[in-house]
Amino acid sequence: MRKTYLDNNATTPLHPKVLEAMLPFYKELYGNPSSIHHFGREVSGAIADARHKAADLLGCDVSELYFTSGGTEADNLAVIGTAFANSEKGKHVITSPIEHHAVLEACHFLEKQGYEVTYLPVDSKGFVDPDELKKAIRKDTTVVSIMHINNETGVVQDIPALAKIAKESGVYFHTDAVQSAGKVPINLKEFGVDMLSASAHKINGPKGTGLIYIKKGTRIQRLAHGGSHESGMRAGTENVAGMIGMVKALEISCEMMDSELEKYGRYSSKLWDGLNEKLSDIVLNGPADERRLKNTLNISFKGIESEAILLNLDMLGIGVASGSACSSGSTEPSHVMLAMGVKPEIARGSVRISFGKFTTDEDIEYTLEQLPPVIERLRKMSPVA
Amino acid sequence: MSGGVDSSTAAIILSRDGYEVIGVTMKLWRDDERRWDTAVKSCCSLDSVRDAKYICHKLGIPHYTIDYTEQFKSLVIDNFTDEYFAGKTPNPCIRCNTYMKWGELYRLARQLDAQYIATGHYARIMYDETTGEYSLLKGIDATKDQSYALWGIERKLISRTLLPLGGERKENIRGILKEYGIYFADKAESQEICFIPDNDLEGWLRSKAKEHNLEIPDGDILNENGEIVGRHKGFIHYTIGQRKGLGIAHPRPLYVKRVNSDKNIITVAEDEGLKVRSFTVDRLNWLINEPAAGNVLSFDVKIRYRHKPAPAKCVLNEDGAVEVSFAEPQRAVTPGQSAVFYDSEKVCGGGIIECVS
Repeated sequence: MRKTYLDNNATTPLHPKVLEAMLPFYKELYGNPSSIHHFGREVSGAIADARHKAADLLGCDVSELYFTSGGTEADNLAVIGTAFANSEKGKHVITSPIEHHAVLEACHFLEKQGYEVTYLPVDSKGFVDPDELKKAIRKDTTVVSIMHINNETGVVQDIPALAKIAKESGVYFHTDAVQSAGKVPINLKEFGVDMLSASAHKINGPKGTGLIYIKKGTRIQRLAHGGSHESGMRAGTENVAGMIGMVKALEISCEMMDSELEKYGRYSSKLWDGLNEKLSDIVLNGPADERRLKNTLNISFKGIESEAILLNLDMLGIGVASGSACSSGSTEPSHVMLAMGVKPEIARGSVRISFGKFTTDEDIEYTLEQLPPVIERLRKMSPVA
Repeated sequence: MSGGVDSSTAAIILSRDGYEVIGVTMKLWRDDERRWDTAVKSCCSLDSVRDAKYICHKLGIPHYTIDYTEQFKSLVIDNFTDEYFAGKTPNPCIRCNTYMKWGELYRLARQLDAQYIATGHYARIMYDETTGEYSLLKGIDATKDQSYALWGIERKLISRTLLPLGGERKENIRGILKEYGIYFADKAESQEICFIPDNDLEGWLRSKAKEHNLEIPDGDILNENGEIVGRHKGFIHYTIGQRKGLGIAHPRPLYVKRVNSDKNIITVAEDEGLKVRSFTVDRLNWLINEPAAGNVLSFDVKIRYRHKPAPAKCVLNEDGAVEVSFAEPQRAVTPGQSAVFYDSEKVCGGGIIECVS
């Protein structure tokens, strides 16, 4: 059976060059970078090189980058770490309802600790209104966390505008850039954020590695206590191969960015137009214009539930998602769709198709062949047999 | 697939027999609130889903976890609560089978173009070539027979059902798992009510009462002569045949005989006083050609999961209810429980015990 992977927002295959860069650190370069001898020095030197490279690619100072175990840890550190460190100023945090669970659950944790969280509304396309942020900021607000590109719809928030509002009010601004770092240009010199989370495995890097940018001067408390790794921000012996792999992935992604963005635009139009030719009653969730990262196509097929589509496509070798892939692999109504005010019956039929570097024309053509008959068959038996 | 021993073995047997099997775990309720307690395990926990996935991975078949929490709440949990608050003792597994497995799961099977649904129940399906009809029979292993919990399924779905464990004995089941090297072959049986994993029914009902702003007032316990012999802590905490927790001094053991939810009264009696000859069964479902009203039928009637079916005359009323009259009075006939009509091994139908005369 042909295998067609169209779930690149969940994760991506490791790039062969990334693997190649990582392998020495699983073999001969095994030293602990904290060690004083040459075994350690070789490795700490390689990490320093990688960190410089990443800082160049993201436009920040090398001392402002900290490697983590992934996007989730980076999000937790940003939200909880700043809320804790600035609790004398106040116990109010602002976020949006379409964040990844890594931010939402961190906020719920803070609520249990006696913090107050404001969830800014989003419009029907999934945008946070900067005026709403302005209104929500209070004297006791310490941090705002708004994601850059949404994993379910691809909607791109105007982060510079939002960050500017926070800055003017003296409030820290964090953005979850897990779905954007390496996919769209980000220059931290101009971006205006105080913190940014990124992940390796969304851009063909290894799983289990991420990083956080923390602007110099940000008051933040570390969460993992122990040694003085990562300048004391994050204790624990370094995931050396992961760090090397992440930076290599970032490098490759930045090199390929322009051509990839062009390709995503092409695939998105081709798939959307092709499906519209063959099927009626389909809805695009999120914006159709350039305010969406075109690697993501979130479509609702009216009258059917997304899991029925997903499972049928799975049996045809096509991997797509509904909502966000959660660790239990269960299908639940998407909190993002619901926050956008998408009617539950339409949200239930939403399927997320996401392209990546290894997506090909054949993948799109195969999907265009296979998907419409599945929808037609399911529509014939719905709503209830 | 609950991740338990039975459904896992069912998947193994079917795969071994050459069926193209798709594993499905129905997520029926959320255990989010209990995630701190690593001691409590139950069939909808992430651990159980992981075990089901593990089996499917070993078998090389797909596995899907589908969220049915909303449907389970409205069709099973809410009914369970309502019945308790009406002074009855419901059996949620029966509604779960009818509405979740032979409802939602069957619907999913059709969507996936699957011919059958299969579960790990100990019951059998029989096809009669002369009549072309399918029947539901007890499992071979009498100690494990679960046909009682299946009376509510739609008759036409019997032909669309596979029950691979019906012909097996429990001891063989664990053997099959061990043979396949499954690490949890010795896993404990699942608990009584899956959505109350700590088995604290009383606490669960109290929290539900609070949710619905309902009081659970205490009240009088009467004996069979109508004399007050003690106090109870709220009728919902008592079920017919119960002995524990009455707190009454009496020379011989006393049991709950009746729960009167309207008057908030519990009546107790000695063992002999619990025996009942006749009662009414409502909300019926037939797995044979539906008998005509007025017919008098002889069935062996089973009135709870651990009850040995007893012979009875059953009369079908005009309104579709059945009057059951046991040849020998039976102990603790309990409103809310199911009465299942057997013709020897065959499940002919069943219903909910309504009132007891």
